[in-house]
Amino acid sequence: MKQRDLVSYLRLDGVSKDFGAFSALRDIRLDVTQGEFVCFLGPSGCGKTTLLRIIAGLEVQSAGTVCQGTRDISRLPPAQRDYGIVFQSYALFPNLSVFDNVAYGLVNKGHARKTITARVAELLKLVGLPEAGAKYPSQLSGGQQQRIALARALATSPGLLLLDEPLSALDALERVRLRQEIRSLQQRLGVTTIMVTHDQEEALSMADRIVVMNHGVIEQVGSALEIYREPASPFVADFVGKVNVLAGTAEEGGLRIGSLLLQCSEKPARGNVRAYLRPEDIVAQPIAPGDSNVLDSRIEKVEFLGSYCLVRVAADGLGQPLTVYLSLNFLSEQALEPGKALRLRILPERLRLFRA
Amino acid sequence: MVALAIRQRADPRDWAGHAALLVILVGLLWFLAAPLAALLIQSLEDRSGAFVGLRNFVAYMQTPALAQSLWNSVWVAAAVTLAAVPAAFVFAYALTRSCMPLKGVFRTVALTPLLAPSLLAAISFIYWFGNQGVFKGLLQALGIPAIYGAPGIIISELFAVFPHALMILITALALADARLYEAADALGTSRARKFFTITLPGAKYGLISAALVTFTLVITDFGIPKVIGGDFNVLATDIFKLVIGQQDFQRGAVVAVFLLAPALVTFVVNRFVQRKQTSMLTARAVPYSPRPSGGFDLAMTLYCLAVAVLMLAVFGMAVYASLVNFWPYDLSFSLKSYAYGLVDAEVDSAFFNSLRLAFGTAIGGTAVVFVGAYLLEKTRGLEWLRPAVHLLALLPMAVPGLVLGLAYIFFFNALNNPLNGLYHTMTLLVLCTVVHFYTTGHLTALTALKALDAEFEAVSASLKVPFYRTFWRVTLPICTPALLDISRYFFINAMTTISAVVFLYSPDTKVASIAVLNLDEAGEAGPAAAMAVLIAATSLVACILYLGVGRLVERKTQTWRNLK
Repeated sequence: MKQRDLVSYLRLDGVSKDFGAFSALRDIRLDVTQGEFVCFLGPSGCGKTTLLRIIAGLEVQSAGTVCQGTRDISRLPPAQRDYGIVFQSYALFPNLSVFDNVAYGLVNKGHARKTITARVAELLKLVGLPEAGAKYPSQLSGGQQQRIALARALATSPGLLLLDEPLSALDALERVRLRQEIRSLQQRLGVTTIMVTHDQEEALSMADRIVVMNHGVIEQVGSALEIYREPASPFVADFVGKVNVLAGTAEEGGLRIGSLLLQCSEKPARGNVRAYLRPEDIVAQPIAPGDSNVLDSRIEKVEFLGSYCLVRVAADGLGQPLTVYLSLNFLSEQALEPGKALRLRILPERLRLFRA
Repeated sequence: MVALAIRQRADPRDWAGHAALLVILVGLLWFLAAPLAALLIQSLEDRSGAFVGLRNFVAYMQTPALAQSLWNSVWVAAAVTLAAVPAAFVFAYALTRSCMPLKGVFRTVALTPLLAPSLLAAISFIYWFGNQGVFKGLLQALGIPAIYGAPGIIISELFAVFPHALMILITALALADARLYEAADALGTSRARKFFTITLPGAKYGLISAALVTFTLVITDFGIPKVIGGDFNVLATDIFKLVIGQQDFQRGAVVAVFLLAPALVTFVVNRFVQRKQTSMLTARAVPYSPRPSGGFDLAMTLYCLAVAVLMLAVFGMAVYASLVNFWPYDLSFSLKSYAYGLVDAEVDSAFFNSLRLAFGTAIGGTAVVFVGAYLLEKTRGLEWLRPAVHLLALLPMAVPGLVLGLAYIFFFNALNNPLNGLYHTMTLLVLCTVVHFYTTGHLTALTALKALDAEFEAVSASLKVPFYRTFWRVTLPICTPALLDISRYFFINAMTTISAVVFLYSPDTKVASIAVLNLDEAGEAGPAAAMAVLIAATSLVACILYLGVGRLVERKTQTWRNLK
């Protein structure tokens, strides 16, 4: 079943935002389903944070409507909307204990002290910090503070969880750990979640659906695999993952690049094109006799990345360098190093063509 | 079809904030903008109220005596600036860039002039060099016939403005990036070259700012030229004579506009300079810490010692003179001057008025300024009036006290003003003093508020907690140190100010600093010195109390800062 068939929980319709003559967002249309985890992904300045702040009511859109559930919330102030929010800066109240921070929204609802204590304890357990209640935020690490911010946002059981680059301020290890924690917590609670990030790895590993944005418009909406394998635009192909961009011409018999004629599953109209090809879609094995798209090449440079290496090769007749991923084991088995020859095959079904 | 801008509905709980912001806007309009407008209009009208354009200004410039005052004011202010800024620069350099001992003591001594009305220096110098002064002979040996006039004004102002220039320069020199000096050392740069290529350019904006502030303070100061100026006329004393003596409001207004000009220039340049200064130091800078260097540290210590001794000599003379029986004939100690001032000259009521003014300003002013800054910085809605409020909050910095006081006369003394009843009341004195010193408090509050996470209010709204609860539970407790700073600033300035209130008091609301002026005018030098010392002592006690309260508050509300 496709996500789009489900009932929409959050609907953005024709949302635009202008700052003077600059338009930060243009005609954004998006449906988010109940329980879904959606990431807004894009470079800085693409409008993703502005869009999140519009959903939160912290900015006011210049045009368009925002509906949450059955309610049109377009003109409601933040206090009358239903969401919890976590910021990059944590925004924990430094002079209040962790307990008071988490209880901040509960106290206001007039719950009994006992109910509040129980709820806070439950939340602290949920984020894995059951003992932290008496501490002050400054006594916690960045990752712990962000967990508390998450608990505070979830305390009132909001219908929507908004995360504004929640992991950017953390160190690399903590980021990966918290990434998984947030994801599993979200799945357990089933809370509809929108996260803004500029980190594609974060988006690919966490989201049900990714909304790739650039210059105030949505470039593509899709699952991680769709975004990665079938980028809808050169921008998406470029922004998400590594990619080789090859200039060529679409001809009757296939794709002409340099002096080579490559087979390609896509059949574009004739003319100049740019072919987008991921490094892992150029393989060194298996290559059977009679396979198409096989190139002879020479290794120019090997960049060590750990278990995989980024290898730059010059392929005969191609006229432009190619970058491929090869495993460290393969390289050492074959004793490959700069200057050595290497046979490679381009997978025809993975070539994505865009008009040049 | 033209699309209408989408406006967010206001949450009922935010209305209180909007209403408060409107009240502050109306307050600033009524107690700052409107009086200034009245003053400007007055300068363009003749006595009957008809519009005459710039004719008053032309007439002023054609009056030789008045044009002479303008020139006197300018050259005296320039002379003080040329002397005070380098002197303060060396002092600030010693405090920030050397390893001399007793930095805290030197700094405190250098800031003491802030505790007293500026005219205390003038009174003291009269005792040192006046007609019956200790070193009158020395002065004449130097070829200066008498201290009264330009020499006295310059030397007294030097003392009075020194701490103002010093504070700006300390800030400028404290912002140093150690990496620049390390890079220079690695290249084998000499000490002098480092000074001229790194230190001086780095402090450039501080120097500009200090020079402008000094110039403005001197040209708009009223107390010192009144006491020690003799028949050397300057703008500030002219304005008083014209308005109070001759009731010539039009020409008074013209002089006020002349005083407004340098203050406005200072204000605009300062805004520009501050932006430059903050952008110079990046977040990655490494703070500079000086290393011991025998000869240099010794020279700096001797210099600071000399300055400190001179400062204490000025202060000490005022204290001494207030405690002797009958200067210079009977130098035995007595409290006669204090008794005379407080009892016979009925200065006691003035002293209590000063306390009322200081407390009123310190409490009311702090509340208004902080709430105003908070509403401006942390709440949403009413976007169209926010720039206006901010501009009005910055404007007082550009308005000298004399000008503000005069503007209040024009505005509130007008019979058709509905608040005419406020004229001559303590309420109006408090309001005027709050407005006069509004900007520094406002900027202090803004700095403290900007240091808070910008998303506290957004988080609170998402948790459905009204803004005032977050203000009370989070913002206010975190900002108490800044609140105390603002409050102390208001208190001390209300104790020592003369310029704005000199136009506004009545016999019932006369304050101590004005009483000093009146005693001096009446030839009661001893009691005048005694009252000035009493004001300084009160300020000092207030400072110590603020320090104590600060410690207490810190222990109660800031514990979270020092946890690890």
